[in-house]
Amino acid sequence: MKALDGVKVIDFTWSMAGPLAVKLLADYGATIIHVESATHPEFFRVSGPYKDNVPGIDRSGYFAFFAANKYSLTLNLNHPKAHKVTRRLIEWGDVIADNFTPGVMAKWELDYEHVRRIKPDIITLSISQMGQTGPLGKVSGTGTNLVGMAGFTAITGWPDREPVQPFGGYPDFISGALSACSLMAALIYRKQTGKGQMIDVSQLEAATQFLTSSILNYMVNNEEGMRKGNHCDYAAPNGVYPCQGDDRWCAISVITEEDWSNFCQATGNAPWTKNQIFSSFSGRKKNEDELDQLVAKWTAHFTAEEVMDILQRYGVAAGVVNNSRDLIQDHQLIARNTFCELAHTELGNYLHLGELFRLSLTPAAVERAAPCLGEHTEYVCRELLNMPEKEFTELLIDGVFE
Amino acid sequence: MLERYRCLDLCDEKGFFAGKLLGDMGADVIKVERPSGDPSRMRGPFYRKKAHPERSLYWLAFNVNKRGISLNIEMPEGQDIFRRLVSTSDIVIESFPPGYLDQLGLGYNNLKQVNPKLILTSITPFGQNGPYKDYKASDLVLMSMGGITWLIGDPDRPPVIVGGPPQAFLFAGTYAVIATLTALYYQETSGEGQHVDVSIQQCLVPVTLNTIPHWTLNANLVKRTGNRRAGLTSGATQRQTWQCEDGYVTLTIYGGARGVKTNRPLVQWMEEERMAPDYLKEEDWASFDLAKVTAEDWEAIEKPVAEFFLKHTRAELFAGALQRGLMLFPVYELKDLLSDTQLKAREFWVNVKHPGLGSITYPGAFAKCSGAPVKIQRPAPAIGEHNSEIYRDEMGIPEERFLSLRQSNVI
Repeated sequence: MKALDGVKVIDFTWSMAGPLAVKLLADYGATIIHVESATHPEFFRVSGPYKDNVPGIDRSGYFAFFAANKYSLTLNLNHPKAHKVTRRLIEWGDVIADNFTPGVMAKWELDYEHVRRIKPDIITLSISQMGQTGPLGKVSGTGTNLVGMAGFTAITGWPDREPVQPFGGYPDFISGALSACSLMAALIYRKQTGKGQMIDVSQLEAATQFLTSSILNYMVNNEEGMRKGNHCDYAAPNGVYPCQGDDRWCAISVITEEDWSNFCQATGNAPWTKNQIFSSFSGRKKNEDELDQLVAKWTAHFTAEEVMDILQRYGVAAGVVNNSRDLIQDHQLIARNTFCELAHTELGNYLHLGELFRLSLTPAAVERAAPCLGEHTEYVCRELLNMPEKEFTELLIDGVFE
Repeated sequence: MLERYRCLDLCDEKGFFAGKLLGDMGADVIKVERPSGDPSRMRGPFYRKKAHPERSLYWLAFNVNKRGISLNIEMPEGQDIFRRLVSTSDIVIESFPPGYLDQLGLGYNNLKQVNPKLILTSITPFGQNGPYKDYKASDLVLMSMGGITWLIGDPDRPPVIVGGPPQAFLFAGTYAVIATLTALYYQETSGEGQHVDVSIQQCLVPVTLNTIPHWTLNANLVKRTGNRRAGLTSGATQRQTWQCEDGYVTLTIYGGARGVKTNRPLVQWMEEERMAPDYLKEEDWASFDLAKVTAEDWEAIEKPVAEFFLKHTRAELFAGALQRGLMLFPVYELKDLLSDTQLKAREFWVNVKHPGLGSITYPGAFAKCSGAPVKIQRPAPAIGEHNSEIYRDEMGIPEERFLSLRQSNVI
């Protein structure tokens, strides 16, 4: 048994927040029909990286990384007969998920108000930049830009430099995960009450949750957020330090007095650690820049892996600043099945994003490689939606599945 | 939505966001703290900057929607009470080091004897298994080992962490809720509980976006590029954060259909103010392919755009962008966020009254759910605030025993 056996999701999502939310359900047993357009392929499918750097609709590793376990149905929603397929989808599904600009789903009569007339207990999840309502509700955009509006950019980076962006569409990952929380709660609520509902997630509102204490601090103490590099109010040293090799780093955090004493021992009680100015937390904090330089001099003698090993042996929080190559070789992530190699039609044996948490009784099963565009159109229509062969053939000839 | 469920939250900062989210969705969440209080209560910032366990804004931020009791689960009497609480709960969330609860005889295998339907969710830096399971960690160490830090920062400086409260712990709390509710859904189907194991490092990996595919497919190692966007197949980077008259704005120059819709109106806007060079006016945006744009091309495109932005304020640029359908957004500071008209129109902000501290403005619902609202219903508890309510009124512990438990520091 899988945890979400029997849960059926009609997945119109694309470009990160939505796909992340849906992925988490897909890995625990929900059946996902990913509805795509062949004439206007989604952003991930036409964004690299491609296998061998050769573009191709089924060659994007970006799309594939997040799309294991999904079925792909191509459907031209602007086709006059598309409703024959969407009607069956709605009757089949428990959840409709999208992250289009507000209004797009309504245009196709796939928004909650339309769909509930066919399926009163449907759950719709709509993720958008700023929510379905409000004066800016119709604004389209991406998380890459919204991250600044959500407040993260201004406080990320060094105090003496311009702010830097958190990587990629940072709010997508917050809002995608929070969407999955509300979706799971809605599925449980539906199981108990038989009631569906509409979930409206604003990426801006979701992202702001991850700054709650900073917002409280502004409200109460009138303190704006500040760029602090890697410094932290309750730890010193706390930073990312250079190690042997090109662009190699190890993160180290010394929080308690015990940590400091362990850290000193790990350096072989190096003379510089015995300097009186570092003997208390306030002293280390006050002389933090000097301390950082000394720590960096010490770490530079070792590889990042050695620094982590030495410090962890003494019970000090330390870890390699993992790049992509490190991540897929990280012993811990491997032990947790974080990546799964699956045979993909175009990409060959390809590393998909795997398990993200472990359920003892009903573990994740990342089993099927990401689908090629429209790979399951016939299977979905005939097997999942029980469409008669004649109807399927007619719609196919009419170009509904393009 | 989760009104009929009870959750015991034993977490420190590594996992306390999970209980908050469950509480937001209606669950009865009981914070179970050691009698001296959760050590995370001594993390700042503090209310009016005075350090005190009841004044940590960090703690207050992520512990609303919980009742609070104190309990020493290392003492046998405390363990008896804990087992009784577990027998009437659906979920226990904890963030102790792996093996700690087992040592106390309160691990999953013990608790499932008490309540077979129980879901025990453990949030730890690296998970319950694997070679690093006992490694020490901090937010910075986890953000780094999870692959996020590597991707952020100026190229000539060390990689840098995302600003704000510890992001790794907030991601972990969120994933813990997804995992817990997935298990709860299964429990509603099968009647069986289970152990949910969340590794903080692991749930950060998706944030690395397409950088692992870049490596596995083409041995392209994506690196930090300051406020420029990396991950383009050409290997070039493009500016994302732009200085303007009174701060910064973000704008990405796209290719393809998206680019046509946004680049043309941008150039037209620049032209209205006679700031668009001919080569920008003549660019065929329909065939503008990001995969082929070189670093030199970007330099030529970005220079006049940067000059244009410098002549305008954030508000002017945002208003103009909205009119023209550009995806340009202001870089907000906290004060801007709090006065944003869209958030106000959606009645996002809520005031939460904290006894002794007054009313504090919080971000409201993380999702608007039409079936049952996600909302803050109660402030974060003081240490042991609901001892009497829960131990005496709900569990029926007699007055005398209650007092003796208190005297012996069990509660």
